[in-house]
Amino acid sequence: MDIPALRVEGLSKAYRPGDRPAVDGLTFTLPRGATWGLLGGNGAGKSTTIAMLLGLLTPSAGRVIALGHDMATDRFAALARMNFSSPYIALPHRLTTVENLRVYAHLYGVPQAERRIAALVEEFALGDFASRPAGQLSAGQKTRVALAKALINRPALLLLDEPTASLDPDTGDWVRGALERYRAETGAAILLASHNMGEVERLCAHVLMLKGGRVVDEGSPAALLARYGRDDLEEVFLDIARGRERVPA
Amino acid sequence: MSAGREAAPQGSAARRIWGLMYRHLALYRRSWPRLFELMYWPVLQMVVWGFVTAYLAGLQSGPASIAAGVLLGGVLLWEVTLRAQMGFALSFLEEVWSRNLGHLFVSPLRPWELLAGFAAMSVLRTLVGVGAAMLLAFLLYGFGIWRLGPVLVLHLAALMAMGWAVALGVTALILRHGAGAEALAWGVMFGIAPFAAVFYPVAVLPGWLQPVALAIPAAHVFEGMRAALLHGVVAWDHLAWAVLLNGVWLAGAAWIFLAQFQVARERGALLNIGE
Repeated sequence: MDIPALRVEGLSKAYRPGDRPAVDGLTFTLPRGATWGLLGGNGAGKSTTIAMLLGLLTPSAGRVIALGHDMATDRFAALARMNFSSPYIALPHRLTTVENLRVYAHLYGVPQAERRIAALVEEFALGDFASRPAGQLSAGQKTRVALAKALINRPALLLLDEPTASLDPDTGDWVRGALERYRAETGAAILLASHNMGEVERLCAHVLMLKGGRVVDEGSPAALLARYGRDDLEEVFLDIARGRERVPA
Repeated sequence: MSAGREAAPQGSAARRIWGLMYRHLALYRRSWPRLFELMYWPVLQMVVWGFVTAYLAGLQSGPASIAAGVLLGGVLLWEVTLRAQMGFALSFLEEVWSRNLGHLFVSPLRPWELLAGFAAMSVLRTLVGVGAAMLLAFLLYGFGIWRLGPVLVLHLAALMAMGWAVALGVTALILRHGAGAEALAWGVMFGIAPFAAVFYPVAVLPGWLQPVALAIPAAHVFEGMRAALLHGVVAWDHLAWAVLLNGVWLAGAAWIFLAQFQVARERGALLNIGE
């Protein structure tokens, strides 16, 4: 039986009893080999959702089954085959690129670690700064190192929180290309939280539109464009954020 | 394993612990100030106390020179507790300062492996720091802590275990209150020292304070140290108390840490700790 990469059932989070939930009854199933997007404005619940999917945050209700493992009871088995990247969580600044990759190769139990690190250095063009401390890298270089770290264990499920935030268009395009290649080569599933509509249109087969912690609409980028009668996802995003009606069928 | 679930490629716990240790060892490899800092305070303490005891021993011979040895022993062994606690807590703080905890907690590294890695780093830091001070005590003042005999190993283990218990408590407070609690990592042991009977017997303390002192594992180690240096006997009863109390302290501290870890997961503090 082919189990989904991720099954989320009624996931909710209220940080304090009585507060409005940051995430409210989220339910979806991410198939293997697909790239899905989480879209929403600030405070829509994207980062809270990703933190719960990773087990960093305990849900108030609902459950997450990642790669067949219940994250409430069996999360370490899932975490070994997952990985994560976010520009908001740093790698140790004083360690070099290669040292950082070596640390995570050990933590994830990567076989033939040095060979894997060499392959990532080659693939992500990290050679010029392989021996430079992470704290001395540019934003684009840090993003490439973070992405190499996120792929160190060849994850079957990759969670990305705004992977191209603060990158110039060229580097952003390069990162998107690398993600497309990785998914095509490995059949991994990718869940992407992003504010970059062009990125979501290019990478994602399916988009979950979040507002106030709830999925207010979903579908392929093409289906959403048709549903709202718009030319690009940014306009759809604004329609949803500002509570405009979709085009009647 | 249920149908369809894939076996995750599990690395060994030892490899994950080594990965965490490698992360911290890499810090020291290129940073001589960090290496220097490891030895600076233990050596400085030994120099100051060494001259004090040399002066006292010079004033009076006999009992005073024996007491000098007891003082130096106290300085060295207390440094073991202090460095073990700081070595553990500072490894955790390094992760907080570098904002790396999010990556660690979404890796397959279990919480107990994280703690084991910090404990292993504290052993190494203590060996480097206190080892230098022990060598200096022998070279400058002719005091070899090894005169305690093979039981010294048990004394050292008991003191390190107490250091880890205190560090676990400090780490739990940092999880609960963020980096605002980090000052405790530097100062908490200095608050315990007066009650741990490092330089004087528990009997010197006021009667109402003695039960407090006797609830501290280190107090039993130092009573044992004095028994060995002054009377040449191994105080097995004190060692047994130290081991028992360490078990209680470690169990209590581990419970507090795990409880605070759960609270941090509920509050979402694991991602933004350090602020």
